Amino acid sequence: MAIDVSPTFKPRLPGYRFNLTGWASLAVVVAWAAVAILAPYLTPHGVGDIVDLDYFGPMSAEFPLGTDYLGRDMLSRILFGARYTVGISLAATLIACTTGVTLGMAAAVSGGWFDAALSRFLDALNSIPSKLFGLVVVAGVGSSIPVLILTLAIIYTPGSYRFARALAVNVNTMDFVTVARIRGERLGYLIGSEILPNIIGPVFADVGIRFVFIVLLLSGLSFLGLGVQPPEADWGALVRENIGGLPFGAPAVMAPSFAIASLTIAVNLLIDNLPQKIRDRSA
Amino acid sequence: MSHLVEIRNLKVEATTDAGRRVDIIKGVDFDIAEGEIVALIGESGSGKTTIALTLLGYTRTGCRIAGGSIRVAGRDMARLTEKERTRVRGSEVAYVPQSAAAAFNPAQRIMDQVIEITRIHDLMPRAAAEAKAVELFRALSLPSPETIGTRYPHQVSGGQLQRLSAAMALIGDPKLVIFDEPTTALDVTTQIEVLRAFKSVMRQSRMAGVYVSHDLAVVAQIADRIVVLKGGEVQEIGTTSEILSAPKHPYTRELLAAFSPPGRVAAQAAAESDAARPVLELEAVSAGYGKPGADGTPLILAVDKVSFRLERGRNLGIIGESGCGKSTLARTIAGIIPPASGQIYFDGKPVAPHARDRSPDELRRLQIVFQSADTALNPAKSIEDILGRPLAFYHGLRGAARDARIDRLLDLVHLPRALKHRLPAELSGGQKQRVNLARALAADPDLILCDEITSALDTVVAAAIIELLKDLQRELGLSYVFISHDLHTVQAICDEVAVMYRGEKVEQLPAGDVGSAAGHPYSRLLMSSVPKLDPTWLDRLERDPELVAAFAKR
Repeated sequence: MAIDVSPTFKPRLPGYRFNLTGWASLAVVVAWAAVAILAPYLTPHGVGDIVDLDYFGPMSAEFPLGTDYLGRDMLSRILFGARYTVGISLAATLIACTTGVTLGMAAAVSGGWFDAALSRFLDALNSIPSKLFGLVVVAGVGSSIPVLILTLAIIYTPGSYRFARALAVNVNTMDFVTVARIRGERLGYLIGSEILPNIIGPVFADVGIRFVFIVLLLSGLSFLGLGVQPPEADWGALVRENIGGLPFGAPAVMAPSFAIASLTIAVNLLIDNLPQKIRDRSA
Repeated sequence: MSHLVEIRNLKVEATTDAGRRVDIIKGVDFDIAEGEIVALIGESGSGKTTIALTLLGYTRTGCRIAGGSIRVAGRDMARLTEKERTRVRGSEVAYVPQSAAAAFNPAQRIMDQVIEITRIHDLMPRAAAEAKAVELFRALSLPSPETIGTRYPHQVSGGQLQRLSAAMALIGDPKLVIFDEPTTALDVTTQIEVLRAFKSVMRQSRMAGVYVSHDLAVVAQIADRIVVLKGGEVQEIGTTSEILSAPKHPYTRELLAAFSPPGRVAAQAAAESDAARPVLELEAVSAGYGKPGADGTPLILAVDKVSFRLERGRNLGIIGESGCGKSTLARTIAGIIPPASGQIYFDGKPVAPHARDRSPDELRRLQIVFQSADTALNPAKSIEDILGRPLAFYHGLRGAARDARIDRLLDLVHLPRALKHRLPAELSGGQKQRVNLARALAADPDLILCDEITSALDTVVAAAIIELLKDLQRELGLSYVFISHDLHTVQAICDEVAVMYRGEKVEQLPAGDVGSAAGHPYSRLLMSSVPKLDPTWLDRLERDPELVAAFAKR
C-alpha cells in the first residue's frame, strides 16, 4: 500500500477564515466590553450628578446623547449601564452554560435513572415562564446583583442542558466513546476529552444566543423595575426611567434602546460568522 | 458517430477549502458502444464515480469539468446548459445509486417515485407508466410486482429497494444506465439476485451501461469491458477476459492478487506455546436488545447460545450475513452488551458480563477494533493523543517514554511517525484503520476482536491490513477473533471459521473446509454465493431453490 510521506515534516499552521461581518461585530462586542471595564475613565460627567437644568435635553456638544428625566448626562449613564448589562449577563450566561453543558453531557453519557431524573426536573423548571419566575424570585428575596445573576442563571440552565444533552447523545453513540468506555475511563474523562471537543462549536454558538436572551430578559426585568435598582441603572432600567420622554422624542429613551440592540445584534452576527478553520486535507 | 459514448481527454478539477485547484481526473479517454456494459474499477479516490457522474453532465459540489468532451449520443454533456442537461437526464442517461435506501424518499409510495421520470419528462400517461413499471418489476424478478409499488420504501428489503431503483432508472428507456456500486452494500446471497436481475434486464433491453465498482469479481459477471483507474488516470482498458487472464498493468495485477490472498499457514505459534490453554471460551452465551422477558431473554435475541473455544495464538473467524448477530457477539465478548445468559471465560477465568465490572487488567488484555475507523477515532484529537491515552491509562507512561512508545506503535503498523500530529480526518481510510489497530496494540493485549475491520476498505488496502495482522501475530503472539462477511479475508487469516445464521452458530470448522459438501446447508449457500473471478460464474451458478427459499432473505 502506498503511503504518501512528505519528506520533511512541517508543523501545521491552521489557517482561519474570518469575514467582514464577523470582524465588524467582533469590534462592537469588544468595544462594549472595553466600555464596561473602563467606564469610570470614560464618563464625561458623574453618573448621579444633575448637570442640566432642563430635563430630556436634546443632543448637544456638552451632552452628546442629551440628558435624562432629572437632567443627568445620558452618555455617562449608558457607559456605566454597560457594566451592569454586560457584567450581569456574562456572569449569568457563564453559570447557566457551564452547569447546563456539564450536566447535559453527564446525563447523555450516564443514561439510566440519572438522566431521567435530571431531565424531568429541568423540564419542570423549564416549564415556568421565565419572566414570571424572575418576578416571583425578586418579589420574594428582593433585588440585588447576586440574586439577579443567580435567577437568570437558573432560568437559562435547562435550555443549555437540553441543547448539550441532545448534542452529546449523538457523540455518545460513536465507537470512540465505546472504546474509551471499555478501556475503563471515568465519567470526567469521557465528557471532558471525548464528548466536549466534538460539540464545542455548537456549544459556543449556544452560549452566544443565551447571552443575548439574558441581556433581553435582564433589560425586561429592569424595565419592570425589578432589575438593577436606582440610582444605578442598566440599559433596561434606563429605558424605563426615561419612558416619559417618548412623546418628546427625547434621545434619553432612544440611546439605551440602541445600546441594547447594538450589543445583541453584534453578538448574534458574531456567532453566525465565527472564524472558520480552513481544512485542506490534500495539502 | 460510431459509439454511443465517446469520452475524450476528460479533465475534472476540484477547488479545495484553501482555494487551491486539484486535478481529480487527468485526461481520460474511452468509448462505450451501443448495448455494451463497461465497468469502471479502482480503489476509492480513483475517480471512478466522478467519471460516471460526468456522463450525466454532473459534478459534485466544488468540482467542475475543466476540459475535454463527453459525447453521449452525439451531444457533449460538458457543453450543454443546465436546462438541456436536465432534459437528457432520466430519458437518455439514467443513474442507479449506491445506496437505494438513501435515494428513495421515505414519505412517498414506491410507484410514485419510480414513474416520476415519465411525469417530469412527460413521456407517457400515468396508467401506461404504471403498467410499464409493473413490467419492469417483473423483469427484475421482484416479488408481487402488481402491488409492490403501493408500498413505502421501508416496507421492502435492501436488495428489493436496489432493484426498484434500477426500475426507476430504466423506466424512461435511457440509452445509457450508470450503476454506481449498486451491490456493494448488499449481502452476498442478495447480491446474486440483484446482479442476475440487472444482467437479464440489460441484455433484453440492449441498453449500454457503466458499472462502477471496486469488486473485480462482481464486475467480471456483468461487464463486457473493464476500465481500470487509479489516481484519476486510466491504467488499462480491455475486455473482461483479457483483464482477468492477462493483466498488463502492475496495478491491475495487484488488484487481482489482492482478490485471492495467500491462505494462512498452519498456526505455528500455537504449536510452540502451551496450545491447550484457551484464551477465550464461550459457554452458551445469549445476548440481545430490548427489555428482558419473564425468563430473562431479551426482546430481540441477537445471539443465541453460542459456544466456542479459542486457543492462544490461534485465530477464529466468524462469518455470516448482516443481521446474523456476529457484531453483537463481539460486543458481548467485549462487555459492551452484557450477555443475557451463558458465561465468558477469558484466559481460563470467568469474566464479569459488563465491561465496567471487569478489572483494568482484563480490559487491557482484551481489545476490540471496530469496523469504521471514521467513528472509532475521535475526530477532535490528534493521532498522538489517541494512541497516547491507552499508554497513559494502562501503563502509566508519560513524557518521553510515552512518545517513544507511540513511535514504536506507528512503526509496528507501518505508518510514518510524522502522522502523529495529524487529525484522523487528514488520513486515508487505510491509514485510519492502522491507527485504529495501533490503539488496540497500545494496550498490549492477548486477544483482539476485529469487527469487520477490512469491510470499508478497498481490496488492495484490505489485503495489506490482513498482511499486517499476520505480521503482528508473529511478532506479538496475539490471538484474533476476526468477524467478517467476506469469506476470502476470513480464510486468509483464520485457523477455524464459525458460521452464524440468525444468531446461532450453525457450524465451526477448519478454514480450508468451509463450504465443502460436508458442511451445513447454509454454509454451502453462503460459500456458493461469493462471486468468483470467472466471468461465466453467475450464468453457470445453480442454486438449490429450496436452500435459497430457506435461508436467503432476499
